[in-house]
Amino acid sequence: MSSDSNLIEKEYKYGFYTDIETEEFPKGLNEEIIKLISAKKNEPSWMLEYRLKAYRHWLTMKEPSWAKLDYPKVDFQNLYYYAAPKKKESLTNLDEVDPELLETFERLGIPLSEQKRISGVAVDAVFDSVSVATTHKEELEKVGVIFCSISEAIQEHPELVKKYLGTVVPHSDNFYAALNAAVFSDGSFVYIPKGVTCPLDLSTYFRINAKETGQFERTLIVADEGSYVNYLEGCTAPERPEHQLHAAVVELVTLDDAEIKYSTVQNWYAGNKKGEGGVYNFVTKRGHCLGKNSKISWTQVEAGSAITWKYPSCVLIGDNSQGAFYSVALTNNKMQADTGTKMIHVGKNTKSTIISKGISTDESINNYRGLVKIMPSAKNSRNYSQCDSMLVGDRAGANTFPYIDVKNETATLEHEASTSKISEDQLFYLQSRGLDMEKCVSMIVNGFCHQVFKELPLEFSVEAVKLIEMKLENSIG
Amino acid sequence: MIKIENLHAKVNDSEILNGINLEVKRGEVHAIMGPNGSGKSTLSKVIAGHPSYEVTEGSVTYEINGKGKDLLEFEPDERAKEGIFLSFQYPIEVPGVSNIDFLRESYNTICGHQGTSSVDEEEFREFLKPKIEMLGMNPSFLNRPLNQGFSGGEKKKNEILQMAVLNPRLALLDETDSGLDIDALQTVASGVNKLRSKFNSIVLITHYQRLLDYIEPDYVHVLHKGKIIKSGGPELALELEDKGYDWLIN
Repeated sequence: MSSDSNLIEKEYKYGFYTDIETEEFPKGLNEEIIKLISAKKNEPSWMLEYRLKAYRHWLTMKEPSWAKLDYPKVDFQNLYYYAAPKKKESLTNLDEVDPELLETFERLGIPLSEQKRISGVAVDAVFDSVSVATTHKEELEKVGVIFCSISEAIQEHPELVKKYLGTVVPHSDNFYAALNAAVFSDGSFVYIPKGVTCPLDLSTYFRINAKETGQFERTLIVADEGSYVNYLEGCTAPERPEHQLHAAVVELVTLDDAEIKYSTVQNWYAGNKKGEGGVYNFVTKRGHCLGKNSKISWTQVEAGSAITWKYPSCVLIGDNSQGAFYSVALTNNKMQADTGTKMIHVGKNTKSTIISKGISTDESINNYRGLVKIMPSAKNSRNYSQCDSMLVGDRAGANTFPYIDVKNETATLEHEASTSKISEDQLFYLQSRGLDMEKCVSMIVNGFCHQVFKELPLEFSVEAVKLIEMKLENSIG
Repeated sequence: MIKIENLHAKVNDSEILNGINLEVKRGEVHAIMGPNGSGKSTLSKVIAGHPSYEVTEGSVTYEINGKGKDLLEFEPDERAKEGIFLSFQYPIEVPGVSNIDFLRESYNTICGHQGTSSVDEEEFREFLKPKIEMLGMNPSFLNRPLNQGFSGGEKKKNEILQMAVLNPRLALLDETDSGLDIDALQTVASGVNKLRSKFNSIVLITHYQRLLDYIEPDYVHVLHKGKIIKSGGPELALELEDKGYDWLIN
């Protein structure tokens, strides 16, 4: 191994590739491919019809260009839309997982086998286009919680999937959402029944492995009346010189008095210093607070991907419902991020909170884009927004695009924004207390992100701090 | 402990230090006085290694393990690890970083370098208790973000708390008395006096004689236009209090 690749290994420790036999459909996208995907998953006809309707709609749409992102057009015909590890014949038991996959996930810090798995967290592991394992299922079933891959849910719980799929993010919502609705392969499905506080944290780990493959994750989480769930999501991909595409749709629904906390640590491969390779992350995440007093919070740490286009949003329909968005986006090298949220207030006394922290280093660009919309019906609604940007070095860029649309005059909105640089005096102060330059910078940046990190579950926040430190190390050096 | 010879330094092209000569021996307390703009704070920042100040001439020799080393070769964090501590005139705010986490990180780094083992949070809280009491600080103050929203007096007390924790060999206290009311001044001064020993040295930078009523120096120096123009014993400070600086300058 040359010293060069050693260095890369250090920069992105998840950049390895699993050499496993893969079954993939031919490159390109057409109705045949969609029928193949649907048939492969043995889907009912309503699902195939939904996919085809989405595909036909997608054909009429244009790739959006309003985001402040600059990248060559994606050739959608030059991608594989389905890739899955081949089942080995030696595995007799259908539930048995290929040891090679187990090893891959173990290397990623996600042990799946019965003996080693993490206590207190149930995991759904998605590898390219398929879910390979879901842990703790029996334990969850005892309290009526359904946690499985979306493919399995379509088979086992069609009434629930039919009722909610596409209700939050319709197939016609946007270009990538339409594409996802047509070709989505796997993702997670969660249903928390009435009055149940989910006894475990639920987590999905997404891994892109195959070359030139798009990953189209589809996740649907429904929290029935008075229920609660804490959901975590992690993602990584191997280093590849060409770009990879990830176009996910995540839908959340909370009924009366229910709460979903959704946390993401996104660490897709971000490309190298020259801007070669890296994942294009075009994601639509949205939650409907349907019921009164219901709550949805999105917490995200966006530290990977060459391009991030992502606006986890809340539509606050039920009276007194609450939405929150806590975000840290760190960009380095030539990464570009355009991320933020939408808070749409429909019900009375609805409340939303937006805390966004962007850190840009090297030649990266980091944009916050957010919309707060108060509908005429949203009496006495409130929003608090705080958007802070920090620049490290003098070649990075940060922009803030806050949009506000108020149609009810009883609403109260507060907005604060700041842009800062790490000052020489701050660095000197910390250095004069014995801390080296790297430690000083990471301490200042972690302090800057503190309001968001404290919203993450403990293990996740530890991981987030480490991830940010590692990324900065390579930028400051 | 430290020997400064013919030290010249500038910031943004203006010469601030114009040939300082000063030797501070182990166990000694020196006070550096002088009118505004005489270079007092600059001297302390140059010793601590602030990157904005450029040394153009002269040398600073610092004793490490019985040997004189060229201090100017050291990074600021390396100087801190070798026992140099600067109490800032205007302590810097670092949002989101908890005071105790910062302090423990600093303690573990510096003491780790000096061969003591690291402490966990619980041990550290125990270790801090008497020091906090000595300075009359509210323990809740440890959980607040570093210097953020602290009053002027709280910031200064926090600096002396850091000094008490890090136990430096050479402490530079830059205008530690400014912004303190008389009660706080007495508390801080008695804190400093408790840290004074025959093993370490203290350099007090102050504008007023007031602080020297509580911390008695062995030597007093008057700085003017980047040079020491007069040195003497503690009686010099009293004389300055009486007559001001004009009789020395003219």
